[in-house]
Amino acid sequence: MAEQMPQTPLLDELEKGKWPSFVKEMKAAAKKSPMARDLLGQLEQSYKEKIGHWKHGGIVGVMGYGGGVIGRYSDLPEKFPGVSHFHTIRVNHPAGWFYKTDALRKICDLWEKHGSGLTNMHGSTGDIILLGTKTADLEPVFAELGALDFDLGGSGSAVRTPSCCVGKARCEWACYDTMRSCYDFTMAFQDEIHRPAFPYKFKFKFSGCPNDCVASIARADMSIIGTWRDAIQVDQAAVQEYAKGGLDIQNDVIGNCPAKCMKWDGKKLDIDNQYCRRCMHCINAMPKALAPGKDRGATVLIGSKAPIIEGALLSSVLIPFTKMEPPYADLKEIVTKIWDLWCEEGKNRERIGEFIQRVGMGNFLEAIGLEPQPEMVAHPRENPYVFYEEYFEEEGEGEKK
Amino acid sequence: MAKSVDEVAEAMFNLVKDAAGLKKLKAMDLNKSMVEMFGPEVDKQTCKDAIKKLINSGRCVYTYFGGSYIELPHREAAAND
Repeated sequence: MAEQMPQTPLLDELEKGKWPSFVKEMKAAAKKSPMARDLLGQLEQSYKEKIGHWKHGGIVGVMGYGGGVIGRYSDLPEKFPGVSHFHTIRVNHPAGWFYKTDALRKICDLWEKHGSGLTNMHGSTGDIILLGTKTADLEPVFAELGALDFDLGGSGSAVRTPSCCVGKARCEWACYDTMRSCYDFTMAFQDEIHRPAFPYKFKFKFSGCPNDCVASIARADMSIIGTWRDAIQVDQAAVQEYAKGGLDIQNDVIGNCPAKCMKWDGKKLDIDNQYCRRCMHCINAMPKALAPGKDRGATVLIGSKAPIIEGALLSSVLIPFTKMEPPYADLKEIVTKIWDLWCEEGKNRERIGEFIQRVGMGNFLEAIGLEPQPEMVAHPRENPYVFYEEYFEEEGEGEKK
Repeated sequence: MAKSVDEVAEAMFNLVKDAAGLKKLKAMDLNKSMVEMFGPEVDKQTCKDAIKKLINSGRCVYTYFGGSYIELPHREAAAND
């Protein structure tokens, strides 16, 4: 392993400027960790050659689990022995990413003992990402994480570690308890997180309101996004205060309403709530004057994903409104039906959104026993998957006569 | 008569062993094969328990190559000493 800091003229360029730099962090870690030193050396070589020097290790893990460890080996192990093994460990984060500082110190101490000392806080899945350890250290890390009441997160063709926004812990817009839901689903589906049994990955993300701070509509196979059924709460006096304070309500609020369901006569704000699309724009613009309604719950959507095998997808509405109250039995039952269907009919590495595109939303809904709802239609004539079979049958019978 | 977890695990192990080097099998492939083999004598939970038994005993391991598979333990080609 490198005893001295490697020369890194190309990486040094990324330390310049006023912004935080991953090179600076790696160099700080390299003062203590030979693994981090060799990581810098290998990365500099990759920058010079414009080629990555990692091999994917597909078999490393801890006993009993099928996820939580992502194997990495260097393809230059003689030159950079410190990163000969450089496996990543995903640790299941607490709902809403709340930690006591003491817990973070213990995780960092553990990682300086068994790994490179480098982390991602947090990965795009949400987990704590511990970067770089050897195969021989995996079981000790797992045991010590367990002693700290942490567990590995999901990876591979499994339920990925569910994540949520800070919800009612810190946000006035939360329409349901995202953290409780996230924790509940994490506990309920432990087997599915740790033992990959699906065609491909499946992600739950819980957002408390349509602002969707965890971007569940774009990233989760099942997006649970807070919403409300009744009217937006309006404090007319506070609306007038915004107007007096210089907010151009007509242009900046009404003009940006996607449903054009609001009117402002200079004194009173009128909202035609039946046309409201729950986009949150007006509430975000006047947070002291407007608030989500009182009859709150969530919309459940399905099928979003980032582009990997095929292109990106956004989620589609599956359940227009549910109260999202424990024990979430109805939603869990639907989830189980979806998984049964997907495991039976899905292709290898086919996300649920791609599966729905292939079989058709109408067939999918029929197979899981859900009725089509008007809220599933984004625009008139855009979703041609709802067929009125009774209508065709009657017409057919008429022809026979 | 319903198949026991041990019987299903043994049948799954034989499938994995026969497929070694030829085809990587996923958990759902094993489950489908068990239903084909044993019909109504096997259910979803028994299949899950059988896979858990194979993994926990170390007779099989989970692997990841784009997706997750169940294979016999082996030294992978990418591994460094």
